[in-house]
Amino acid sequence: MEPTHLPATNFQDLAWAILLLPLVSALAITLGLRRNRELTTTLSLSAVGIGFGLSVWLFFLYGVSGERLAATPLSWMSVGSLSAHLGLTVDPLSTLMLMVVTGVSFLVHVYSTGYMEDDPEYPRYFASLGFFTFSMLGIVLSDNFVQTFIFWELVGVSSYLLVGFWYEKPAAADAAKKAFLTNRIGDFGFLLGILIVWAATGTVSFDAMAAKLKAEPGILGAAASLAGVLIFLGAVGKSAQLPLHVWLPDAMEGPTPVSALIHAATMVAAGVYMLCRVYFLLDLPAAWPAALSFLGSISALDVIAWTGALTSLVAGVIAIQQDDIKRILAYSTLSQLGYMVMAVGCGGPDAAMFHLTTHACFKALLFLGAGAVIYACHHEQNIWKMGGLAKRMPVTFWTFLLATAALCGLPVLSSGFYSKDAIFAAALASNRPVLFGIGVLVVGLTTLYMSRLVIIAFLGESRSEAASHAADPGRNMTLPLLILAVPSVSLGWLPVGAYFKSAIFPGAVTHSAEGFSDVFFEPFNHSPLGAFLGFGLMAFGLSVAFATYWGAAMDPMPGHLPRLSRALRNRLYFDEIYAATLIPLHDAVAALADWVDRWIVQGLFVRGISGGMDLFGRALRLVQTGNLQTYAFLFVAGVALVVLLALK
Amino acid sequence: MIVGLHHYLVVSALLFSLGLFGVLARRNLLVIYMSLELMLNAANLALVAFSRYNANLKGQVMVFFIITVAAAEVAVGLALIVALYRRRGTAHVEDLNSLRL
Repeated sequence: MEPTHLPATNFQDLAWAILLLPLVSALAITLGLRRNRELTTTLSLSAVGIGFGLSVWLFFLYGVSGERLAATPLSWMSVGSLSAHLGLTVDPLSTLMLMVVTGVSFLVHVYSTGYMEDDPEYPRYFASLGFFTFSMLGIVLSDNFVQTFIFWELVGVSSYLLVGFWYEKPAAADAAKKAFLTNRIGDFGFLLGILIVWAATGTVSFDAMAAKLKAEPGILGAAASLAGVLIFLGAVGKSAQLPLHVWLPDAMEGPTPVSALIHAATMVAAGVYMLCRVYFLLDLPAAWPAALSFLGSISALDVIAWTGALTSLVAGVIAIQQDDIKRILAYSTLSQLGYMVMAVGCGGPDAAMFHLTTHACFKALLFLGAGAVIYACHHEQNIWKMGGLAKRMPVTFWTFLLATAALCGLPVLSSGFYSKDAIFAAALASNRPVLFGIGVLVVGLTTLYMSRLVIIAFLGESRSEAASHAADPGRNMTLPLLILAVPSVSLGWLPVGAYFKSAIFPGAVTHSAEGFSDVFFEPFNHSPLGAFLGFGLMAFGLSVAFATYWGAAMDPMPGHLPRLSRALRNRLYFDEIYAATLIPLHDAVAALADWVDRWIVQGLFVRGISGGMDLFGRALRLVQTGNLQTYAFLFVAGVALVVLLALK
Repeated sequence: MIVGLHHYLVVSALLFSLGLFGVLARRNLLVIYMSLELMLNAANLALVAFSRYNANLKGQVMVFFIITVAAAEVAVGLALIVALYRRRGTAHVEDLNSLRL
């Protein structure tokens, strides 16, 4: 089909429909259909399902052809030189991301009909899920910073609703609050970054900003790197990078399908997606304001790359000693997000998006598989109380195994192999051998903790009553697993990396694979060092895991390395350090603000003004004596005064 | 001694001041009322004097109006004072302060 033959409004209608369908379903469920489970299911499934269909259509109509289109924006407000609007951008980057978001969201919806079947709040769950999908699509389609920021916050709100879905559990309520507040810290920096960029360029639209930056590369002046780092701070919050990563493991208190959707495939990917969208702002030579000039030649990309690499390493190490199946996956998500952020920092946003896409598939699959296990074991999440599930839950086991292979980067037979290799290639190409080393090392860690999880939970003998009676869940839960397994294995064989390269760097020379060996063994030809080292470390991690955990009744690590193990089990004391330093500091600032508000603002200004008026009124009342002659005297005195003034 | 305009005006001013003093200093409503009349007549005297010395009858016309209005006002005012006295049993201004807050 030729796009030019279609009516001009076609892509607009498609994009608007994709964006608004989940919102319509969420609103309808909230306002009227809360009592009706069947209607709720039909409505929310069809809204996201149609959205997915339309996204695929949009992708093949416009995304593949590499066109950049923008829907006629709806003007929202215009203040001075700032004009904020609601616009939709349809380009290769957003159309593929649309498919990922609506696709994973649809499968999670289907899966949830099984997983949440017995929940009394079933309709509220689907309404929140629809609202979340809407918010996420808003970020994907946004064509300006203001809209991105608004939907960014909406994603935060809907994630709060979903993580705290079982709000009667104190842990879930606390986790939701923690996720929201931690994100707010990052968002504060994000907002400052947006303001700096807007002040320098006078526009918030991505396209206009890119055009201005192209015409005048030094337009951001000395604030270039600061703006980049501040904008990155938004991604640090949303994508849970190192100092602000603490919310993600706690957010596992939410329902497991929610973790699959928002903590694997979409919300946490929003940060990386935003970085790729504004990559032109980050890829600027280092320039710091005078107060920060000691940072010298460290560019925004350096900060991003190192943050990502450290997150990836720290999270990978912590994951080795976690016992909760969802927390292991949460730390592995942190680690993989660190990869993506590192790839952006190494000048490879295309590699980051590639890994984001493959990771969305296999990590959603892992979470859904973990959900099936938890469901089968009657809400048991400790892997040491599982065991032997491979025989009893074959579908879950094999799909989980395929996703694990993809996460570890098993050569050829997994999508993760190709996308990870693209990241290693980007690290090498940007001449950062240390980061390359960290990246490859994390492959070994990933294989170690994932093999540990699989060996303990799925192989060996059952360790509990619940695990020995486990069985595969119903078809509406296994079907999403089987569907997600397909892209988890095969996505790497498609030229997704090249697609993103031409999407982000229009006109770039892309390597197009020809022939069998070039398609399947491309990483070994393209960047052999990363591929071979990764494979070696993977084999090493696997053998360590088998040597340590095969047939083990309990974790031997606390016995051999007690201090390290304790540190890892306490998540390297990040929460404790924050509780000892930042939270008292915050409380002190809050107490000061409270004092100023109570005594200065409320006391001095508000009460002072009203009290002064009251006093004045009381004094004036003394004049009214009720005595006729006093009035007469004042009257005469007044006349005398007027006459005196008139004569003067 | 030739009586001139300023003599009349001085007498008028004295009458006015006496009236004013009465209004401000006396406590009995009837006396205050009489003092008020004194002030009105001081004004009348001044008007007549100006009218006579400026050979302009407009001032005298005005005085007739004032006398007429004052007569009506006396009738109403005295009636009010009598009614007040019957109701409150007093005609002293200190006792009539019930309109204050």
